[in-house]
Amino acid sequence: MLTETDLQAIWLTVRLAGITTLILLLIGTPVAWWLARSRAWWKGPVGAVVALPLVLPPSVLGFYLLLAMGPHGPVGQFTQSLGLGTLPFTFWGLVVASVFYSLPFMVQPLQNAFEAIGERPLEVAATLRASPIDTFFSVVLPLARPGFITAGILTFAHTVGEFGVVLMIGGNIPGVTRVASVQIYDHVEAMEYADAHRLAAVMLAFSFAVLLAMYMRRQQARREV
Amino acid sequence: MSRDDCIEVRFKLDWPGFTLDVDLRLPGRGVTALFGHSGSGKTSLLRCIAGLERPTLGRLVFKGQTWQEAGRCLPPHRRPLGYVFQEASLFPHLSVLGNLQFGQKRSGSAARVGLEQAIDLLGIGHLLDRRPDTLSGGERQRVGIARALAVGPEILLMDEPLAALDLKRKQEILPYLERLHDELDIPVIYVSHSPDEVARLADHLVAMENGRVVAAGPLGETLARLDLPIRLGEDAGVVLKATVGAIDTQWHLARVDFPGGGLWTRDLGIPTGRHVRIRVLARDVSLAIDEPGQSSIQNVLPAVVEEIGADEHPGLLLVRVAVGESRLVARVTRRSADQLGIAPGRPVHVQVKSVALME
Repeated sequence: MLTETDLQAIWLTVRLAGITTLILLLIGTPVAWWLARSRAWWKGPVGAVVALPLVLPPSVLGFYLLLAMGPHGPVGQFTQSLGLGTLPFTFWGLVVASVFYSLPFMVQPLQNAFEAIGERPLEVAATLRASPIDTFFSVVLPLARPGFITAGILTFAHTVGEFGVVLMIGGNIPGVTRVASVQIYDHVEAMEYADAHRLAAVMLAFSFAVLLAMYMRRQQARREV
Repeated sequence: MSRDDCIEVRFKLDWPGFTLDVDLRLPGRGVTALFGHSGSGKTSLLRCIAGLERPTLGRLVFKGQTWQEAGRCLPPHRRPLGYVFQEASLFPHLSVLGNLQFGQKRSGSAARVGLEQAIDLLGIGHLLDRRPDTLSGGERQRVGIARALAVGPEILLMDEPLAALDLKRKQEILPYLERLHDELDIPVIYVSHSPDEVARLADHLVAMENGRVVAAGPLGETLARLDLPIRLGEDAGVVLKATVGAIDTQWHLARVDFPGGGLWTRDLGIPTGRHVRIRVLARDVSLAIDEPGQSSIQNVLPAVVEEIGADEHPGLLLVRVAVGESRLVARVTRRSADQLGIAPGRPVHVQVKSVALME
């Protein structure tokens, strides 16, 4: 069966992915809304920056984040001035890195969902006395629900699957930054193939189940329409 | 029109390839039709009134309340209006009742009565629990209209509410719209490109072309103008307010009386004394100098020629005649006008072949 350190790594992974998803829901929603609605010229550059983690090697992203959050980086100086120390090699350092790393997986499905709603329901709501903020909560959120589910699932699953950024930022501290993907790497390094197999199988089953659930839902939603 | 009973509208909108430039006083009661071909700017004007479009220059004073002027613009959700879109645009995540309550909940106590009345007026009481995607097109639009009324608006704006429906659905909804006209005491601005809808529903007509107003005024007078740049073609004609004066049960005919005369038409079961509107198309009116003898056309009225105008076809003319206080328009060929010596001031007899009666 899974060892205690395996379970510890899985729990840490779930916590990291859960917190990252929650934070990204709060950050990604306004960003996606702005990207979906804005006609500003810098919408393009912002969209490109948001999408960067899709193509950058995780080590590049991790390298820059490490510099920024290190004792001499701007983020590091800031956290030190708050008396929090520096973020690299801590759990919260991992959270910050994951937020950047998974940003496009939250923003892009949401942006698509918001764009698909179109102008009309917003206009209807305005003629029915709803202020823009009221409209967002009472019309946009319910209509974009499938987009939120997709974005949440993708963000969570993608954070579970991260490896390179974790190694760069978090290192490999049991119970603090040693997530499941790193644990598997450790097992393989130590030639513990049986342990690696078990944990890898869990990850594979999890990823498949998540994607299966999402595609089944999508199919069902299409049939309902 | 006093300032407190009219809607002062002045908008200028510059888009690539289209300019809206309108300066109007709309009446504060009754149904005003914004009429024109597609691209004439009627929908843009309606959207400006609702605040959904941001014009380059705008001024809107609704019965003495300023909704918009230089540097100040009430956002759409603060304007006390109801808006009916061309497609019903119901919220798919809410039931019919949820849709109706959406605006009503947000518009305060003024609308408490509005909801019940709206459900009743549009006859949708049996649909309240349904989901919008289970409704027919006509039902959906009725809910859309009720939803706009349920906010207790001070003015109702309707953007071609029937255009997306087929003929049968249109016939289903028109009676409800006529009821609105009779029972609501708020002004309605109704965008349409259908002369038939305008004839049935409107009290005032604003004709638009290329983003400008080309004619505006009471429906009867405006339709009888021969210089309307908008050619109505086969739909050219007039609408008169009339009263059912007599019913001939033996021949199933009813006489509708209007100031200046009366016309016999099919008896549709409307009791005497009831106010109706009648529409007389120019193609159904012919002119004769002497009183015609035996003819299948039994509606013959003495009249005086007032004005002669060109028609779409070079071989045809439109002739406006006065029958007492009322005006009819006849379509005649240029040749017959010439042979009969039709000229302003000439007494003639009009023969009316057909009258459309609208309750």
